Amino acid sequence: MRLEYFQMLDRVERLDRDGASITVHSKVPEASPVFEGHFPGYPLMPGVLLLETMAQASGYLIIALSGFTRMAFFANAKEANFRSFVLPGSALVVEASRVHDGSGYAVMRAEIRVEGKRVADSTLTFRTLPFNNPVLEAYVQREGKRLGMLAETGRAP
Amino acid sequence: MASTFDTVAEIISETSDVPIENIKPESHIMRDLAVDSLNFLDIAFEIDQRFGIKMPVEDWMQKVNEGKAKSDEFFIIGNLCAHIDELVAVSAAA
Repeated sequence: MRLEYFQMLDRVERLDRDGASITVHSKVPEASPVFEGHFPGYPLMPGVLLLETMAQASGYLIIALSGFTRMAFFANAKEANFRSFVLPGSALVVEASRVHDGSGYAVMRAEIRVEGKRVADSTLTFRTLPFNNPVLEAYVQREGKRLGMLAETGRAP
Repeated sequence: MASTFDTVAEIISETSDVPIENIKPESHIMRDLAVDSLNFLDIAFEIDQRFGIKMPVEDWMQKVNEGKAKSDEFFIIGNLCAHIDELVAVSAAA
């Protein structure tokens, strides 16, 4: 996880295309400028970044289910709950699943666990659009490879 | 059993804070009721879920954007309800 680059995910452990769900691992860094402000002397992972982490896991699931042909844009979060403090160095397990595959949108359910305990959850809505920007598309393909979702050939495993 | 219009009006009212008495079959969802595109995602989700269909909203928007159809065809509530009824009938026949 590189907070300063909004790179919230480290590795996809499981991608279930038939069940439309994903499990992603990510480790909160021990140190980051983010913790200098949130909060001085009492560093905590901000809830908005936990929400972003759930959004990225959900978004990459949508992208993978489209065969990396469509981009997912975070549009809405409902009932976002932050149930426990998340400390620097925490190992996050992010689970996301598709609740509904709409026309041009998708509704997802996501949660984060630390040591088996649920620390955050939300229902997230995304707009989905075909990629129309080659720079963005190339970035998402690179991220897909980095996360282990895409083989070097560019084909989904 | 509630009519398609009654259900759609209830969904719009619940998701967009539009008073239900303001919602008429001849109302245009965006133009007359000031529903924005984010609210419409919620409306589409609720309609899909409650009627067990997948409204082809992307196709509709493409037709509107390409000038092949007017937005009234899909977003005036009476017309939207007719499309929903068609989709439900197709779904039931499948």
